[in-house]
Amino acid sequence: MSKWLAVCAAGLALGFAACGDDEGTTTGGASAGGGGGGGEQPYIAIVSKGFQHQFWQAVKQGAEEEAKAKGAKITFEGPPTEQDIEQQVTMLTNAIQKKPAAIGFAALDSKASAPLMEQAKAANIPVVAFDSGVESDIPVTTAATDNIAAAGEAAKHMSELIGGSGKVALVVHDQTSRTGIERRDGFVDWMKANAPDVELLPVQYGGGDQAKSADIAKSIIQANPDLKGFYGANEGSAIGIVKGVEESGKKGITIVGFDSGKAQIDAITSGVMAGAITQNPVGMGKQLVDSALAAINGETQPKVIDTGFYWYDKTNIEDPKIAAVLYE
Amino acid sequence: MTAVRDRLQQFLAFGSLIAIFLFFSIASSSFLNYSNVTSILFSTVVIGLLALGTTFVIITSGIDLSIGTGMTLCAVISGVLIVNSGLPVWLGVLGTILFGGLIGLVNGFNVSFLGIPPFIATLAMMLVAQGLALVISDSTPIYFNDEPGYTAISTGHLLGVDFPNAVLVLGVATVIAAVVLNKTILGRYTYSIGSNEEATALSGISVRRWKLAIYTLAGLFTGLAGVMISARLASAQPGTGIGYELQAIAAVVIGGTSLAGGKGSIVGTLIGALIISVLNNGLQIMSIPQEWQNVILGAVILVAVYADMARKRRSTV
Repeated sequence: MSKWLAVCAAGLALGFAACGDDEGTTTGGASAGGGGGGGEQPYIAIVSKGFQHQFWQAVKQGAEEEAKAKGAKITFEGPPTEQDIEQQVTMLTNAIQKKPAAIGFAALDSKASAPLMEQAKAANIPVVAFDSGVESDIPVTTAATDNIAAAGEAAKHMSELIGGSGKVALVVHDQTSRTGIERRDGFVDWMKANAPDVELLPVQYGGGDQAKSADIAKSIIQANPDLKGFYGANEGSAIGIVKGVEESGKKGITIVGFDSGKAQIDAITSGVMAGAITQNPVGMGKQLVDSALAAINGETQPKVIDTGFYWYDKTNIEDPKIAAVLYE
Repeated sequence: MTAVRDRLQQFLAFGSLIAIFLFFSIASSSFLNYSNVTSILFSTVVIGLLALGTTFVIITSGIDLSIGTGMTLCAVISGVLIVNSGLPVWLGVLGTILFGGLIGLVNGFNVSFLGIPPFIATLAMMLVAQGLALVISDSTPIYFNDEPGYTAISTGHLLGVDFPNAVLVLGVATVIAAVVLNKTILGRYTYSIGSNEEATALSGISVRRWKLAIYTLAGLFTGLAGVMISARLASAQPGTGIGYELQAIAAVVIGGTSLAGGKGSIVGTLIGALIISVLNNGLQIMSIPQEWQNVILGAVILVAVYADMARKRRSTV
């Protein structure tokens, strides 16, 4: 009994000390977030798909750099997870209420946001879509990676690496977002058209969560001892696969991934992963701000602007062109 | 009498676990072998630890929604202590677990001293923890790649032969939780607060203080879960964590702990967590489409809770 009391007392003492800390951090964060009002610069409200992946941080960085260079003010926000479609719609609604000069928007669900596009149009706010398109004619342009072509490129490398035959498994982040659908279909379609001897296992979805994707990868290895290749359709899926393969201790599986991040770059450098497709997130952020400014000035732009993708592996990871688009 | 009933519930849960296990062993040739069974155990660790702590809270008829993002915040704190501040691994781990206890302490304070309903108090903490994890980490992962001693806590093999340390950690934590719940005064008061809080208070026990201790204890498990997930991933991922709390609560409920309080056991919770991971693993191995995996998991939770209620109704007649 006395032991438990002592533990409680110790906890209590610690608790009050740290309660103070908590408060300090919260107010610090709030004031930092609330800062930056006023000014004559055009204001671009950007609603992203999230910020948990380093990918979105890189887009944000590109957008911030370009905004600084061109003299614009931006805000960048996104829902906590890429499943929070409703929350994103609310963010977009609020962004329209703020009457910005332009809106940048990466739709989690390409249909759910269509009615809000009408609202933005009625308020005369030009919208620039980025990362994935919106099913609406209203966005002046879409700055995005051609994910189908990029996933096809991943499939091509996979097929070459495993010699054109054998079992390949796919771990995809989800079955509803456009990147999830396109990176799955682009990979599957390329294989069907060009590598008839490659057997694709049923697609599994890990929500982009590393631990969950690792568990999925281990189950697939268990069920298919003759597995030759793994394809991870985003950063979390790819890193999860690497963890799963390492934990299972299985050798000789070819892993092809998507996006970058320190863990993935390390896996490619050390040879655990064969290579990955990277988009150009910093360039996407820059293009987004450029297009938004052009739209504010009433310039016409192509409907789709491809922000590009690259295959990178051990041999070209140091290449300045590649290194510039990778993020840790 | 309650002891007999609890044992029956444990037996039911254990029976379901065995049945599911046997089913997959027969249905798929690659299910029953050493490496798959260890990987099932390994995948139970994080949810299992969260569920152990929450069991105490749920037995008091409370709830803790902050464990998922609380775990993430603890993982970030671990990164700050070990990677950014260069503390020795053991000290960083200790600090992280204590920080988890602190989250629990604040929850306990809000619930018992401020009288905020547990659902709301821990929902608020869930949001605070999620935000703080992002603020403290500057929304970027913290990597433990240069701390092999840290990642070994999860993926190392103290016992050799591909038996990950994480499973040992879960085993030891389960024993500690069981001893605390069954053999200490804290455990006895946990049950008694859950069965009848008023009567407990009237018998001269300071319910507030004990609730504070119970939430703090749950927080310590959250801290340990934060250590285990970041050691496994060799990184603290500040954006994750949402959804883990519901899986942990599902494990507790499948294990026969009543959300109404007063009843439950650590062994049941462990079995509940194992049922979830065996189902996940087995359905994946059988290549059942993911959409259906969730449907099946949901159905299992319904059946488990219904069985529990039906048994209780029978026993009151």
